[in-house]
Amino acid sequence: MENSAAAITIRGLVKRFKQVEAVAGIDLDVRPGETFGFLGPNGAGKSTTIKILCTLADATAGTATVAGFDVARERNQVRRHIGLVFQEPTLDAYLTAEQNLRFHGELYGVDRATAAQRRQEVLTMVDLWERRGDLVQTFSGGMRRRLEIARGLLHSPRVLFLDEPTIGLDPQTRASIWDYLKELHRRQEITVFVTTHYMDEAEHCDRIAIVDQGHIVALDTPAALKSGIGKDRVQITCDDDALAIEELAARFGLEAAVHEGAVTFAVAEGAAFVPQLFAGLAVAINSVTVTRPSLDDVFLAYTGKTIRDAEAARPMSPMAFAARGR
Amino acid sequence: MTAVDPTPVAAVRVPAAGLRHQVRAAAVVWQREMIRFGRDRSRIVSSLAQPVLFLFVLGTGLSSLIASSGDVDFRTFLFPGVLATSVLFTAAFSGISMVWDREFGFLREMLVAPVSTTAILTGKCLGGATVATLQSLIILALAPLVGVPYNLVMMVKLVGLLFLMAFMICALGLFLSARVKQVQSAMPLVQLTITPLMFLSGSLFPLSNLPGWLHVATTLNPMTYAVEPIRSVVFDHLDLSPAARATFDPGITWGGWQVPVPLQVAIVAATCLVLLGLAVARFARTE
Ligand SMILES: Nc1ncnc2c1ncn2[C@@H]1O[C@H](COP(=O)(O)OP(=O)(O)O)[C@@H](O)[C@H]1O
Ligand SMILES: [Mg+2]
Repeated sequence: MENSAAAITIRGLVKRFKQVEAVAGIDLDVRPGETFGFLGPNGAGKSTTIKILCTLADATAGTATVAGFDVARERNQVRRHIGLVFQEPTLDAYLTAEQNLRFHGELYGVDRATAAQRRQEVLTMVDLWERRGDLVQTFSGGMRRRLEIARGLLHSPRVLFLDEPTIGLDPQTRASIWDYLKELHRRQEITVFVTTHYMDEAEHCDRIAIVDQGHIVALDTPAALKSGIGKDRVQITCDDDALAIEELAARFGLEAAVHEGAVTFAVAEGAAFVPQLFAGLAVAINSVTVTRPSLDDVFLAYTGKTIRDAEAARPMSPMAFAARGR
Repeated sequence: MTAVDPTPVAAVRVPAAGLRHQVRAAAVVWQREMIRFGRDRSRIVSSLAQPVLFLFVLGTGLSSLIASSGDVDFRTFLFPGVLATSVLFTAAFSGISMVWDREFGFLREMLVAPVSTTAILTGKCLGGATVATLQSLIILALAPLVGVPYNLVMMVKLVGLLFLMAFMICALGLFLSARVKQVQSAMPLVQLTITPLMFLSGSLFPLSNLPGWLHVATTLNPMTYAVEPIRSVVFDHLDLSPAARATFDPGITWGGWQVPVPLQVAIVAATCLVLLGLAVARFARTE
């Protein structure tokens, strides 16, 4: 019974492509009404997980339910209760904004009077009502995303899936997308499952799972994950990285490594530690940066690499090449 | 969650998938093809170039050769074939356009909706067939220029036959492109299948006195059964000697038996359903 109360349940989910195990055994429960973030670098398996949950891909092993329906056996029921915004654009650019929504309403069998009212509601919510008669062709990337969000909401889904809704957008537009999602939560009871590889965006979620190479490596509220780290991140640049790492280990018992071109380590009360650093190291230090723990550090703590390292290490996925360029 | 907003949200219930819902889904897929066709006027003009060249350049060029063989203008003979050929290409591209829908992502919007693949593909076929038939109206309007009279009954029959043929070809296009992921591979597919269908259908030469192998090939080609009724309807409305008719419109024979036109139409209709069914079966909805 615990399962039917959850908006999404995932048990032992595996998806294997020819050479890659994109999803390598995931277990997860998403509660109704929460905004759940799925965070990880490119190629972590986020899109693949969403495709399975949305009935667009078959799992190699494991089971999942969405809104109480099995994604393999009750596909139509699942489809009826979910809204989707994919990583790649799925609008018809030769139709107007309103024609795209009209198409969606008909495809989902929404009765015509309600559909007209809903179109106005969702287009107003994303500030596109005035532009409803324009061809999508003429829309900017941000406007297209907003239109896709509006379309995903048209049939009042119980669960809304958003795959990288902010990718490729400027910071201001990214912020406004999150504003719309917050507004949405204020208006109606809906579960939102959102993926991103921008660590800072996790702050908008009630709970997040950090994924790497198809595994969930951490799962909690953003605050709990950060307080679990408890240390600040210190990055120094100096003339001899190897020597610095050696001395940090010898004198302070700190484990340091080179990340993003700087010697990086975690230490409690980082700001207070800086004077000791200068006193204790024989190596000449050129610069020091101290950062309060962020989700990037959470990622670093659980996977032993920064999110940028993780992305650099992995060849670009074929899916990422196809990702939205506009 | 937090306080409920005072503005009421319109309650939506997505209905269980009944037949009515499936019909609505097919209708809106059809409607999208119509909207896109209306937006793309240049396509209408460019699609006319080939049939006009066939009819007036090839037709005129060859008519001097064939003039001796009776009282039929070769262009008149070509007219039904050119109608069929133009519909053939337009419909094939409409079917193949599913590959573009896949490439530009819109296909996903359809695949993740709570409707059957049959509804989506039927809507697509009806849309492609309507577009192809609308385009053929322009060629139909040229009829008097090649000695075919304007006749209402003939025109209505022709439109019906062209629509049926377009549906069949569109379904074939969908079947062929069901698993194609790349736009580049779609074009060769059209060339490799549609061109032979055209040449082996009797649309550009009479089916009389063919060598054995060609006779077999044309008899097996479903396009033959779509083209022959069209020619038959046109020739019914021409003033011809029986000898000329026998040369230019010999009909289709199975081992000496003359296949009646209604049976030919029934064969095309059945082929439509079979190809649509195969396309649905082959269409991968998941990865
Ligand atoms: N259709 C596919 N065929 C083969 N490999 C795939 C396919 N889709 C994804 N992958 C691989 O699976 C891994 C996870 O991809 P994806 O789920 O798109 O990651 P993310 O969305 O987290 O960036 C990547 O290594 C990618 O190359
Ligand atoms: Mg992705």
